[in-house]
Amino acid sequence: MSAETLLDGRWRLHPQVALRPERFGALAYHYGTRRLSFLKSRRLLDVVEGLGAAPDPAAACRAAGVSDAELASYGRALATLAETGMIVPAEGAAEEVAA
Amino acid sequence: MKLVDEFELGLDAPICITWELTYACNLACVHCLSSSGRRDPRELTTAEAKGVISQLQRMQVFYVNIGGGEPTVRRDFWELLDHAAEHGVGVKFSTNGSRIDAAAAARLAASDYVDVQVSIDGATAAVNDAVRGPGSFDTALGALERLAAAGFRKPKISVVVTRQNAGQLDDFKAIADRYGAQLRITRLRPSGRGADVWDEMHPTAEQQRSLYMWLLEHGDEVLTGDSFFHLSAYGEALPGLNLCGAGRVVCLIDPVGDVYACPFAIHDEFLAGNVREPRGFEGVWRDSELFTELRRPQSGGACESCGHYDACRGGCMAAKFFTGLPLDGPDPECALGHGEGLLAARGAEVAIPAPAVDHSRVKPSRLRNGTPERPPAKVCDENPLADFLTAEG
Ligand code: SF4
Ligand code: SF4
Repeated sequence: MSAETLLDGRWRLHPQVALRPERFGALAYHYGTRRLSFLKSRRLLDVVEGLGAAPDPAAACRAAGVSDAELASYGRALATLAETGMIVPAEGAAEEVAA
Repeated sequence: MKLVDEFELGLDAPICITWELTYACNLACVHCLSSSGRRDPRELTTAEAKGVISQLQRMQVFYVNIGGGEPTVRRDFWELLDHAAEHGVGVKFSTNGSRIDAAAAARLAASDYVDVQVSIDGATAAVNDAVRGPGSFDTALGALERLAAAGFRKPKISVVVTRQNAGQLDDFKAIADRYGAQLRITRLRPSGRGADVWDEMHPTAEQQRSLYMWLLEHGDEVLTGDSFFHLSAYGEALPGLNLCGAGRVVCLIDPVGDVYACPFAIHDEFLAGNVREPRGFEGVWRDSELFTELRRPQSGGACESCGHYDACRGGCMAAKFFTGLPLDGPDPECALGHGEGLLAARGAEVAIPAPAVDHSRVKPSRLRNGTPERPPAKVCDENPLADFLTAEG
């Protein structure tokens, strides 16, 4: 897997972001930054929706059925979403895991 | 499949929906695309408007562009704004600024769900007021000042590019910077009263080319609603999605609840239905005959053999319609000059379609005849998607 592109740790959707499934994938809208993004596949939508429940993005990808060959491109998509604040590190995740 | 191709097939819910709350306006801008002025007695009631908001929430419409008329003239304006926010529907509203006093500015600054767009059409009072009416420039800047003082983050300054202000782009940018605002420039279309002044107000070919160069240089600092995609034919494609979103990702709900394919296409030909029908807005959006037709692959006609068709796609449907040009051919402002030829060749037998409704208080005045008053430009010209990023995957 491409460790350079894949994010570490637990992530989740920003609480101010809404997702709307569409035929091609989904739209994501951030009410805080007023940015709209396109998730260009249904699988990416599954990954993003699964982030909160997975220990790290790689696990969320695997749970959504992303193959090893596709992992790098999903990693890039997630990195873009992270850069724009659509997804954020899950706060308190470490404590949760420890508890 | 490319995103733009996906979008041409239509989405489950619109991305860019304009909702004009009222035809009433305290100004009377010469180029008003909705021919606003007087209130229409059939305008949606507060309860009906709230019903529309519930439907938008169900369809997961993220935000709605509210305009008019001057939306703040409606007595239930603030009530509807709060109602939308409570239902997770963001609001971007367009105003001439006349009612943005200190209290209104504070109220707006307190909400996460509201974005404000103040319209000006000149970077100087002289150029602006000739179009929007005496004193309107100072009114707009006053509103921006109060918004800044109230701590409202990044309002938009909305400018329709015309022959008269095309040389002021840098000045508009400076005004936006001064107020911590974001500049948004959009295309003048021959819609509503805009049809009466289009010949004398639309930018010349030379101005269009400079505008294109300016956009290449400043494209990432200004919003355009992708409204200049027809200029891509001057060279490389401008950033953003190049397509006419009418009925596919764009639509208009007018003050009486009529649903049109695009805010610039208020004509029976582009009327899909009414939100008062039993099927509601959702049914009109998903199943109306007109929208279904618009989502079928369209013919590019004479444009299909053009090397720029991929980016330009023949330009704006409304601009062609209201200048009497065929819909499957070049835009009247085609960068290659094909529009000019067609406009010149229009015979007397070509009837220019008139807008479906006209609420002007006085008959549309010409720009040079004195200084008519004027209304807010519409928020959402088409897809505002240039302003967004795309996540691959
Ligand atoms: S403004 Fe023109 S190009 Fe844009 S959606 Fe309307 S008809 Fe299409
Ligand atoms: S001929 Fe048609 S596609 Fe080509 S630049 Fe003109 S309007 Fe655009």
